[in-house]
Amino acid sequence: MRLVDLLLACAALVGPAATAAAAPPRDPLGSPMWDFHARRLFGSDPVVFDEAVAVTIPPIAENQRVFPVTVDARKLAGVKRIVLFGDLNPIPVAVDFRPTGAAPFIATRIKLDQRTPVRAAVQTLDGTWHVAGSWIDAAGGGCSAPPVSRVKGDWADHLGEVRGGAWRDGIDTRLRVTIRHPMDTGLVENIAAYNVDRLTVSDEAGQRLAEMTVYGSVAEDPAFTFIVPGTGSGAFAIAAHDSNGLAFSGTARSAPGPAPALRK
Amino acid sequence: MKVTRRGFIAAALAASTPLGAETFAGSYAPDAEPIGQGIWLVRGADEAIGFANGGAIANSVILATDAGPLIVDPGPSRRYGEALSALAARLTGKPPARVFVTHLHPDHSFGAGAFDPRIVAALAGTRVELDRDGAGFSDAMYRLLVDWMRGTEVPRPGLALTPGPLAIGGRIVRVMALAGHSAADLALLDESTGTLIAGDLVFHDRAPATPHADLALWRHSLAALASTPHRQLVPGHGPLDPTAAAIAQTRDWLDWLEQALRDAVASGLDMTEAGSLPIPSRFAAVKAARYELQRSVAHLYPRFEAELLPRIDS
Ligand SMILES: [Zn+2]
Repeated sequence: MRLVDLLLACAALVGPAATAAAAPPRDPLGSPMWDFHARRLFGSDPVVFDEAVAVTIPPIAENQRVFPVTVDARKLAGVKRIVLFGDLNPIPVAVDFRPTGAAPFIATRIKLDQRTPVRAAVQTLDGTWHVAGSWIDAAGGGCSAPPVSRVKGDWADHLGEVRGGAWRDGIDTRLRVTIRHPMDTGLVENIAAYNVDRLTVSDEAGQRLAEMTVYGSVAEDPAFTFIVPGTGSGAFAIAAHDSNGLAFSGTARSAPGPAPALRK
Repeated sequence: MKVTRRGFIAAALAASTPLGAETFAGSYAPDAEPIGQGIWLVRGADEAIGFANGGAIANSVILATDAGPLIVDPGPSRRYGEALSALAARLTGKPPARVFVTHLHPDHSFGAGAFDPRIVAALAGTRVELDRDGAGFSDAMYRLLVDWMRGTEVPRPGLALTPGPLAIGGRIVRVMALAGHSAADLALLDESTGTLIAGDLVFHDRAPATPHADLALWRHSLAALASTPHRQLVPGHGPLDPTAAAIAQTRDWLDWLEQALRDAVASGLDMTEAGSLPIPSRFAAVKAARYELQRSVAHLYPRFEAELLPRIDS
């Protein structure tokens, strides 16, 4: 698949095409791909750069296959969607997250293929996109190197193993889930794209808390952290699906008592 | 024209940096500090590898022998190795007789290209690791250091070391084959001065780096070093240690690091949060502490998650 096809394919999945949209605002990061992504992702919706969206990344990309990103938009009210993307990644969008009951917070790891802005675009109920992010320097190889489990050859033995847990901190419940999956990008010779493409979280009562579309630029063995307001639900059902139609599921239960204190 | 990946990257970077090929005037000026009879320490900067320091961040040691000087760790680049070779020749009046590479990491090993491979010695495991990871290191080093790296190739040490005493030109160095910082870590004891040259098994007032670490093996090696009688210790990074503090400090950091990251996994933290954990005040004098903590999160966290988070498949 050519780069431009991928860009268009990804973009088409996540947003209305711009018709006669106003030009997006000037990018404080000066990215060569900003206009392209802004038009495809946001269409004619209003866009603002907003410090209320906190995108936390390490200052160096020590491992470009597993680059952690935390997006915290809890300072904004009425968040309906969070799109995490790297402008210059061959698969720009990593996750498209709808926090239908969870807090507007998501932590995960992505692949980096070169120096790129890493951004979150957070859409509020009024339709406005609130955008924040920063550049990260990376040498490359995140998307175009085979996953570690492909190299080791043991990926099929562990495919779909789900690990996780839930922690109550007195106000909220924090939920973590990891799924063993090669997350093949389709950019490595002789390995077709194969990735987890959808994940949902529901509470004990069956209420949907989070829906997420997941792309091949999420790191191998994808890991996600969610925050669910309140401490009412003792168990959370996680359901995931991959691009070959396989389904994976698990139930994370709140540990009795508080999380172990962190050592000072 | 054949353009190699690293050549292309170097060219692309050179074009975008004010210190491009035409204006590059950097030169290494390694400085030797005598630390005993016929032994000198050449200190690296206690920093991360960067263009400003030319990658010269690791310590090197020069030992005089009747056959010519021995050099331990030839540094990050061919040019650094050449500068070190000239320095050793100036100090001793003879060309280098032997070069020891303590482990695979490029800040220690990539200067080996300045020497005849037939006098460059390393543990057999280090040669295997260089064959595996050398090309990747080379890409990264050329990208970061650009012109400093000119002419530098992945080292291929010609001599394999085995544990035990080694006599060269009237000097006896004891070869120790250890592991834990990498899969093969060389330490050398200079018997006449009681100087233990620990490579990156020991860091001193500079935070340990863990990209290839096996923490259990590393602790085992620290115990082996601690039980080897010596008068002073040269760490891989940081100042000379005359007091046995550096082994204990390295052990303390590794113990804290592992427990802090395990607690973080068990507390439901994600990687960016773990990288922001408070660093205990007893490490206040340790340079590059936050930087190495964040690197260690990248190296170790997914492994600890796979070990500590329970299976919840339904
Ligand atoms: Zn090292």
